[in-house]
Amino acid sequence: MRSNLGFFSDEKFRSIFFQTLVVGLFALGLFFVISTTSYNLEKRNIATGWSFLQNPAGFDISFSPFLEFKSTDTHLKVYFVGVLNTLLVSVTGCIAATILGFILGIVRLSSNWLLSRLVYIYVEFSRNVPLLLQIILWYSILIQLPRVKQSLQVLDVFYISNRGLYSPRPIFESGFSYVSIAIVLALISSFLINRWAKKRQDKTGQQFPVFSSSIGLIFIVPLILFFILGSPLSFEHPELKGFNFKGGLVIRPEFIAMFLALSIYTAAFISEIVRAGIMSVSKGQREASAAIGLKQTWIMRLIIIPQALRVIVPPLTSQYLNLTKNSSLGIAVGYADLVHGFGGISLNQTGQAIECMAIVMATYLSISLTISFFMNIYNRSIQFKEK
Amino acid sequence: MNEMNEVRKPPVATTGIIGWLRINLFFNWTNSLITLFVIYCLYQFIPWILDWTIFSADFKYNYLGEQITNQEMCSRNLDPENGGACWAVIYVRFYQFIYGFYPKVEVWRVNLAYVMLAFALLPLLYAKLPYRKYFLYFTYIFPVIAYFLLNGGLGFTEVSTNKWGGLLVTLVLGCTGIALAFPIGIMLALGRRSKLPVISMMCTLFIEFIRGVPLITLLFFGMVMLPLFLPEGIDMDGLVRVLVAVTLFQSAYMAEVIRGGLQAIPPGQYEAAKSLGMSYWRMNLLIILPQAIRISIPPIVNTSIGLFKDTTLVIIVGILDLLGIGRGTLADTNWLGLSYEIYFFVSLVFFIFTFGMSRYSLYLEKKLKTGINMGAD
Repeated sequence: MRSNLGFFSDEKFRSIFFQTLVVGLFALGLFFVISTTSYNLEKRNIATGWSFLQNPAGFDISFSPFLEFKSTDTHLKVYFVGVLNTLLVSVTGCIAATILGFILGIVRLSSNWLLSRLVYIYVEFSRNVPLLLQIILWYSILIQLPRVKQSLQVLDVFYISNRGLYSPRPIFESGFSYVSIAIVLALISSFLINRWAKKRQDKTGQQFPVFSSSIGLIFIVPLILFFILGSPLSFEHPELKGFNFKGGLVIRPEFIAMFLALSIYTAAFISEIVRAGIMSVSKGQREASAAIGLKQTWIMRLIIIPQALRVIVPPLTSQYLNLTKNSSLGIAVGYADLVHGFGGISLNQTGQAIECMAIVMATYLSISLTISFFMNIYNRSIQFKEK
Repeated sequence: MNEMNEVRKPPVATTGIIGWLRINLFFNWTNSLITLFVIYCLYQFIPWILDWTIFSADFKYNYLGEQITNQEMCSRNLDPENGGACWAVIYVRFYQFIYGFYPKVEVWRVNLAYVMLAFALLPLLYAKLPYRKYFLYFTYIFPVIAYFLLNGGLGFTEVSTNKWGGLLVTLVLGCTGIALAFPIGIMLALGRRSKLPVISMMCTLFIEFIRGVPLITLLFFGMVMLPLFLPEGIDMDGLVRVLVAVTLFQSAYMAEVIRGGLQAIPPGQYEAAKSLGMSYWRMNLLIILPQAIRISIPPIVNTSIGLFKDTTLVIIVGILDLLGIGRGTLADTNWLGLSYEIYFFVSLVFFIFTFGMSRYSLYLEKKLKTGINMGAD
């Protein structure tokens, strides 16, 4: 039954026709956007191109723990400071959220009704209130702390005030590099010992005290070396001079607010993921391991968690991605991350919106892709291995 | 071992209150210690928080009996020993929190829109509603009515969107974003699964791009870059620009959720539809999508909760939503220093909406008994 439009009912023709149509429309739209944009840019006297990256920024960044930043530095350096700040709050946030989330997820399943209800209330409140509101709330709590002159003193070396947390700054002297080399070597060798011990246990059934030997290697050997070399580490203590502290290491309230809000918010989601993961391990597994006489903590560590991880890791990955993307909210409290520093202040100063936003978006895309890449590798390593 | 076995006591009550307490709170020594510690903490905390929020708080009048009009008149600022929260700020600024700067004469239009919104949502939320079909017709035309009602036109005086604010903006952004993202998301999901390589690739690129960047960069895109893309003379409203960004963002997430639903449809359904001679669109509209959407409703509600919370981000580009009005109030010298009261109130409003939505999603999940957690990212 062929209609008059015989060639149109041919699937191959139709497929090519529609795809050409879509590509054509897309190209037309792109052409339209590019031509109007270049006209608009010309009319508003906005320069194009990447040369602005080399121009001096002309503003200060209050929080730049890794790079020294002066207002005469270029916009390119603003970008690097922003990336480092974004990574700093994302990485520390992910670590804290994971630890807190796992603890809360396990506590939520505790047989103690009161405790598990408390965690439930925390999870519901934390998940159902916008993150931005939580960031602003933490910030408003932190800046209501006492002023610098009346700052709270913790353990005689930390000072907490509305300007942040001041702590001693470690100063590494010449011999310290040997200690750090020793730590790295200890980490590598304990990793190798772990692999060797696992292989030996699989073959012979003999166990090796991996944990205590690793602790010995990682902590005690570098510590002995440290004292042999004559303690090549000293601390610079913050001192109150005039209206502010001089010296020491300062952690600004913007960072603390971001860190607290991000990790507490994400931990609520992670705890639910962990809970679902643990509940996905069938009851028989727990009963079987109890029947062969494993201790409660061992059941958790050797039987439940490894199986639960297979369910936990994929959604955990998307939580890490979310946390990283959410770190862009630092702009609300003035945390100089990628969006605030480069996508905000630099953009406003240079007016080159398209270039700045393109760089910011590309950076976030590559961070997201990198996280997914590594988490996928990890995910593959913990999945069931078909033999 | 010849001695007689000790006569065992009967098992402790495992039913009733005592049994429950024993099993759930005092199962063993550590458990009992934890319970006592938690009870002690709650005993310290609960009276304090109740005192602050309710018993010592000012609602409209301070402890001298005067009506509070600025922060200096709050009891706790008159006498630090006496007084807790000062809710009067919410009382005084309530209109702004709910309507923004909408003219008072026209405010009945907003109220009417709120009521109509409830009626429009009813048939979507409750499938067994009597005369659901007619309610659904109303739901379809509601966006048009709401547009003219809120914005003006058709005999209503115009109220420009920069006068909108507070809960009104939060709801407009949330509802419009979700409603527009739904059809776009369906198209993107179908496109991504399309057999035509160009279309599938374009949809995949779009979805992955949007999901890879933070919402705030899309809002900047809408605010800073969109005006550059459009020809002269077309001046887009600020709220519309934000809506474009929010809709693009939400449709990518919606697409992934619906794709999860599409993947759960057994291939037999496609084959059966094709063997009946259905075209691509008839097959999808009549056979595939109704089933796919039904199983992806719970994750759709979950992403919608996410969007509802994310609408607060618009304050960064200068739109005054509920949180924006709260921040604006704090910047007012009359209400300086009342941040806890204001943030508490704003959190509570968001909590009521999002918690309600998440309970509804749980109810649906139970009803549908899908048990599959698709697209939960």
